[in-house]
Amino acid sequence: MLNKETVLKVAKLARLNISEQEAEEYQTQLAKVLENFQKLTEVKTDGIEPLVTPSPIDFYMRADEVSQTVTAEEIIKCAPDAKGSLYKVPPVV
Amino acid sequence: MDLGKASLRDISTAVKGKAISAKEVTNFFQQRIEKLNKKFNAFVTLNESAQKEAEAVDLKIQKGQDPGFLAGVPVGVKDLFCTKGLRTTAASKILANFVPPYTATCVQRLQDQGAIVLGKTNMDEFAMGSSNETSNFGTCHNPWNTDYVAGGSSGGSAAAVAAGLVPATLGSDTGGSIRQPAAFCGLAGVKPTYGRISRYGMIAFASSLDQAGPMARTVDDCAFLLDAMCGHDAKDSTTSARPWEKLAAQKNLKSYKFKVGLPKEYFEHNIEESVKKAFWDTIENLKKQGVEFVDIQLPHTPYAVPVYYMVATSEASSNLSRYDGIRYGFRAEPPAKDWASLDELYSVTRAQGFGDEVKRRIILGTFALSTGYYDAYYSKASKVRRLIQNDFIEAFKNCDLIMGPVTTSPAFKTSTRINDPIQMYLNDIFTTSINLAGLPAMTVPVGLNSQGLPVGVQIMAPHFAEAAMLSLAQGIEDVSDMKGKVPHGV
Repeated sequence: MLNKETVLKVAKLARLNISEQEAEEYQTQLAKVLENFQKLTEVKTDGIEPLVTPSPIDFYMRADEVSQTVTAEEIIKCAPDAKGSLYKVPPVV
Repeated sequence: MDLGKASLRDISTAVKGKAISAKEVTNFFQQRIEKLNKKFNAFVTLNESAQKEAEAVDLKIQKGQDPGFLAGVPVGVKDLFCTKGLRTTAASKILANFVPPYTATCVQRLQDQGAIVLGKTNMDEFAMGSSNETSNFGTCHNPWNTDYVAGGSSGGSAAAVAAGLVPATLGSDTGGSIRQPAAFCGLAGVKPTYGRISRYGMIAFASSLDQAGPMARTVDDCAFLLDAMCGHDAKDSTTSARPWEKLAAQKNLKSYKFKVGLPKEYFEHNIEESVKKAFWDTIENLKKQGVEFVDIQLPHTPYAVPVYYMVATSEASSNLSRYDGIRYGFRAEPPAKDWASLDELYSVTRAQGFGDEVKRRIILGTFALSTGYYDAYYSKASKVRRLIQNDFIEAFKNCDLIMGPVTTSPAFKTSTRINDPIQMYLNDIFTTSINLAGLPAMTVPVGLNSQGLPVGVQIMAPHFAEAAMLSLAQGIEDVSDMKGKVPHGV
């Protein structure tokens, strides 16, 4: 079940820094959402294939041709901190 | 021509025939936005280059070149679609300063036909909400009564058209986000078949549910935008290669030659009297026109909302992992001693950048996908999703189209549901099944209730059967009480 500790653990997995108080709030609200989900247990789903892509799409392969879309310069311009064509991040090791 | 009420067909014809210039049309709507936007908070960013773009359309016409079938038509674009050089935020602090280096395919296709983007419209943060109250830009107000919500998540797109700030807008629909605000604001709004419109450049919420679509006053206006946007795009491998038959070009779209299914499960809910009355009045009207009705069953309807929230939050938790404060968007200020680790930068940036509802959904989705819970939640939901789709496939063996309400009530007052996620989620009972099944559906406005709030009906169609859906919609519109009505004071 979804207790406060689980909420804190999941928030850590999702890289969300949340307070104890926020964890409590989310726990109460999400427990209700999960309770609502419990009614799905009454549906028999043995042998049912999960549905992911919901419409019949004819996937196709495109020719592997090089084309210019966006330049590296335009992309790096979106970064909050960069040096030349490199992203700046805190020390990793 | 009264530009404030003109159709897209009339505007583009007048512009092409030089009765009015694209620049004059742009001016007219920009002035309306300047005068009225504060009241509704529908636009969040304006396109400073709109005049220049309109001049380019005029120049093409002067030179005798084809300006496209949307020549000079002003449009608003939900702030979920990337627009090159024009700030795009998904109404989130985490993208507050994001200026995309490219344009979404669907927006590009509107521009290729001569449409002028006047600006970006308000929405719930990352399209997560049903009332436009989770926006980082604040609540958007319903032009029919500003004490009420415009709906969500495409609330700004709906309010902008209803207030006459722009004749048509682009919205997106993951669980009803076009159809519900269209109903609340008295508009037509179309959610096409999954795969009809490219998702390239559309900020992802739940990739297997998201679909772009038009919102406008009339069915014909929606058809114009669909004609420009639908069709295969090499940049999105989930777009369908099926040809799109141009709908607006067909002179008489209206048809009543349909057998329409009425799902009994939809009427087992507590539906407000005015919504029920408007729905059954519409059915009676259609019967007189020769539409045949049959009772159908969609037995898995009660499971749609929980399945939807499990699938949507799972996909969202994965999609939103890209916001790391490194590559684009917002990054939190470092602590005095600088960041202790990269993880700290991520966690603090994301905690400050995302709003409450978004965090709630990321946590739920991460939980549903985590070790030990995947089978019980995400996998179970995906299997029931198949059964929901099977219901529709079965039902469409006995009917051409399905009709039902869009929502259980007309627009609700602001701040009345925002603190109760369950109540807010249950609001989506009639719209989420469609996204789960990948089907096209749309809202058609049918009238105002005694409080002066708009009410709409929903039409649902088999995969790729948009043409039939719009034909019946045109028939409904032609006998609708809503025709020509605009909110007081706009």
